[in-house]
Amino acid sequence: MARNSRSTARAKAPAAPRSKVRLAVLVATRKGAWIYLGDAGRKAWRVSGPHFLGHIVSHLVLDPRDGRTLLAAAKTGHLGPTVFRSSDLGRTWKEAARPPAFPKAPEGEKGRVVDHTFWLTPGHASEPGTWYAGTSPQGLFRSEDGGETWEPIGGLNDDPEYRKRMGGEQDGTPDGPKLHSVLVDPRDAAHLYVGMSSGGFHESRDRGKTWTPLSQGLEVVGGFDAKNLAFHDPHCARICPSNPDRLYQQNHCGIYRLDRPSTSWTRIGKSMPKRVGDVGFPMVVHPRNANVAWVFPMDGTTVWPRTSPDGAPAAYTTRNGGKTWQRLDVGLPKSQAWWTVKRQAMAADARAPVGLYLGTTSGEVWMSRDEGARFSLLARNLPEIYAVEVAELSS
Amino acid sequence: MKVLIPSPLLSYTRAADVEACGATLAELLTDLDQRFPGFRFRVVDEQDGLRPHVRFFVNGEQVFDLARPLQPTDEVQLVQALSGG
Repeated sequence: MARNSRSTARAKAPAAPRSKVRLAVLVATRKGAWIYLGDAGRKAWRVSGPHFLGHIVSHLVLDPRDGRTLLAAAKTGHLGPTVFRSSDLGRTWKEAARPPAFPKAPEGEKGRVVDHTFWLTPGHASEPGTWYAGTSPQGLFRSEDGGETWEPIGGLNDDPEYRKRMGGEQDGTPDGPKLHSVLVDPRDAAHLYVGMSSGGFHESRDRGKTWTPLSQGLEVVGGFDAKNLAFHDPHCARICPSNPDRLYQQNHCGIYRLDRPSTSWTRIGKSMPKRVGDVGFPMVVHPRNANVAWVFPMDGTTVWPRTSPDGAPAAYTTRNGGKTWQRLDVGLPKSQAWWTVKRQAMAADARAPVGLYLGTTSGEVWMSRDEGARFSLLARNLPEIYAVEVAELSS
Repeated sequence: MKVLIPSPLLSYTRAADVEACGATLAELLTDLDQRFPGFRFRVVDEQDGLRPHVRFFVNGEQVFDLARPLQPTDEVQLVQALSGG
């Protein structure tokens, strides 16, 4: 496990020599954020944190374009939502001057209020300083100044059809409806995807001015009409860096793959073991092989416990685009482990072999240096983990 | 006038009470936000509504209206009610 450096409410700078630090595992929790700094071998780790102790941190993301700018989406139980920015890997933080917020409604009309920013995505490599944010209730926002100020994307947020699909504050997931999985096509800065829980999966080819549903082939809960996008609940979608025409999605109703230019998703989770099923939150793709992906199934039966099936947590991987799946549980508890992994709490690094990182609802961070063949504990005794990201640091 | 600040907002003001000015509660918040950037949005949402666990008291009387007039001699207290675990 990571050696715990001194931690106070004001995070201490990591003591590790910076030249030896290569990876940062960014852990966002219900009570703050922690950063685990690792060497190139992913064997020696130091912790920096807590950052924002007591804040609900939904996402902590490092900008891959400069390797050192961090954005954190945060709020507390009694303070409004905001975004914090650090340009020195969390040594100091500066609050956004204008965090994501809906426009003021005309007099006499009820306006929307951002409860929390849920998802952060760095923009295209050709657009330094551009970021996207997805919120709850659902809204899509863009910053073009590195997260300092945010503007609503009206083409989605204010479109009458999309307003219907987004539902109101009472719709969507138990923690509120969420806009997530903001994906930027690495070949085209104008080509965006978003997931709406609920509301389906959608794409824009003009930087968000107009949107088209991309939910064909996705199933909905039995008895409901799949043509009504409000019933669709994509949990997490990813675009493959090695083949941006391929997307994978973990949905409320199964695991899917989409190969563009097709607009129809194929359910690839039906080849998962029946006793495990293909319900879960996260979806992770390989950085160099679009046939390889990982999921972390949960119990979606009866009242939807959303725990590991049978209390035996395991990742599953496919190495052939979803034709077959293999269970990965070496090192993980064999029984009586009733946690799960939320939708942005599982990530892969870009090393060879690929490292996997997952944060649990019971506050543990597990890692694998060999694509999931064996897991070990990186950290424990953290608050409930909402998000895990892993990033390469600039030297 | 004197404004009493609750602990969740001390990261902005660095003091449990500060002096601020304004002819209304809204103006007072504008003044506080200019001096402590980001302060207002943490307690008032984009529709000018008080956040769910935020309460203002003026001379001990609870106030919900940001248009409430203020006098320089008033004392304003900001309270944040903790909830959840």
